[in-house]
Amino acid sequence: MTAAERSRRPPVFVLVVASLTVAFLAVPLVGLLTKASWGTLWRDLSSPFALDALRLSLICSLWATGLSLVLGVPLAWVLARTRLPGRNLVRALAILPMVLPPVVGGVALLLAFGRDALLGRPLYSLFGIQFPYTTAGAVLAETFVAMPFLIVTVEAALRSMDSRYEEAAANLGAGRWRTFRRVTLPMIAPSLIAGTALTWARALGEFGATITFAGDIQGRTQTLPLAVYLELQSNEGVAVAMSLALLTVSIVVLVSLRGRWLGAIRP
Amino acid sequence: MAGRHQAVSLDAEISVTVGEFELHLDLDVADGEVVAVLGPNGSGKTTLLRTLAGLQPLSGGRITLDGQVLDDPAAKVLVPPESRRCGMLFQDYLLFPHLTAVANVAFGLRSRGASKSEANDRALEWLGRMEVVHLAQSKSRHLSGGEAQRVALARVLATDPKLLLLDEPMAALDVGTRGSVRHRLRCHLAEFTGACVLVTHDPLDAAAIADRLVIVEAGRIAQQGTLKEITTHPRTTYIAGLMGLNLLTVSANGTTLTLPNGATLQAASPASGEMLVVIAPQSISLHLERPEGSPRNMWPTRVSEIHLMGDRVRVLVGDPVPVAAEITAVSLAELGLTEGSPVWASVKATQIDTYPAHGG
Repeated sequence: MTAAERSRRPPVFVLVVASLTVAFLAVPLVGLLTKASWGTLWRDLSSPFALDALRLSLICSLWATGLSLVLGVPLAWVLARTRLPGRNLVRALAILPMVLPPVVGGVALLLAFGRDALLGRPLYSLFGIQFPYTTAGAVLAETFVAMPFLIVTVEAALRSMDSRYEEAAANLGAGRWRTFRRVTLPMIAPSLIAGTALTWARALGEFGATITFAGDIQGRTQTLPLAVYLELQSNEGVAVAMSLALLTVSIVVLVSLRGRWLGAIRP
Repeated sequence: MAGRHQAVSLDAEISVTVGEFELHLDLDVADGEVVAVLGPNGSGKTTLLRTLAGLQPLSGGRITLDGQVLDDPAAKVLVPPESRRCGMLFQDYLLFPHLTAVANVAFGLRSRGASKSEANDRALEWLGRMEVVHLAQSKSRHLSGGEAQRVALARVLATDPKLLLLDEPMAALDVGTRGSVRHRLRCHLAEFTGACVLVTHDPLDAAAIADRLVIVEAGRIAQQGTLKEITTHPRTTYIAGLMGLNLLTVSANGTTLTLPNGATLQAASPASGEMLVVIAPQSISLHLERPEGSPRNMWPTRVSEIHLMGDRVRVLVGDPVPVAAEITAVSLAELGLTEGSPVWASVKATQIDTYPAHGG
């Protein structure tokens, strides 16, 4: 062994700790895979209970992702492209749900949108809209928790994009909206897609805010994570099967993001 | 447009403050005229173009193009960039990387209301005019610098601007391709009927392309005029340096010129008061011994720097008269000069061109 090779070998202690970390991350997944009763997997997943949760999870998470796009992209643009006062405060507010315990988010939503609450009461008395114990509530909870991922990703992309391209578009006669659609959006597309996928994955996995704010009603607010938690106590096989479904989704998102992120780095 | 007298197309009185930097200058450009704005980095050239394009609002003054007020803070008028007819060729062209060359050119046409097929046809026509129609379907990030410049020029000219703004159009190119690109750009500009402002720090670009030069230093006009006026009577050391000339400030009393450090030179024609003196580096001779014969100005000095420029050499000498002399590489070898060598410098009185420091 040459001197150069020897000097590059990492310290043994660090390698040992790193190996333990890998084990810590991998063993639970292995546990999930070995615990699964592969023979009954399909039957477990296609039980009415699981199908309800799956269907509801898809609907809610897609709605939450769509809402996050509609509400989050304009805010990301304002944060990245304007110099309005109080931007830093708004940014902190937008990121807060990422660090806030989701159950606290759920309580906060309940206090704002509950039937007797600040916004909830007028919404119910004027429009008959109510959130607690409804699918709309589950969507709202997921949006609250997942949207920051979109805002953060899109704002970072807008900041790192050379805004002179937008000036070039304006110089060629394109108005603000046309510039945004034809130049800004395509140029941040890789990050926008990555942010959307992250947001969707987060919405799909949402548990704390949903159960606190929207409750746990099968077919209405009981999404997959809620169903997993409930089923774990009575029917472990179904819980494991549904967990595997969620794990598969996570892996697919991760793999597709990896490509996107690498793609985004290339000029 | 082709009237008997050339109407002023662009009439700009610019006053803008960006952070610590201030830019104050007046600029008039007629239709069909190309004005080059030269200046060192940070002198405000790009800021000037940005105010004209509407990307940087004025703090004071007024910009009028073809009789339309574009920016007038006092009257609260500010036409947004997309509503101006001021096409800009950006320094690194800024072709949209996600679009093909033809889609880049069509972008401006579509933005100004052309239908999809009409925009596409005209974009192809403009690419043809720039002789890059074969690149129409290439993604713009795959184009070379020269190709990108032609596509960008097609993109900006296709929108039929009244004012064309060129920001350092050669800066992104290899030195080797600049000559041919410069020639091509001049040909295309000759066909352009609007007003044109070219920003550059390269006097070669200015000389090749522009009708008139405006030299900007530290946010103000240091001098303007034709290339000939500026090369014969530069007003600042930056301009003299740009043109490769020696510029000295002297006080004249008859034919005796006194430098600020007390050294004197003899001119051929008498003058008085504060004067500028320009001496071409080629007219300064260097000798190892005190020269015999006619030159009325000679002085011993030392070599401070030597710069090789192909087969010519610039030798900078120090006090009492700090100037650059230009000699051949052969003479340099014969004289055996190195930095620090003692040397005699001489210049004929008739080679000393004196003109007033103020006005003119």
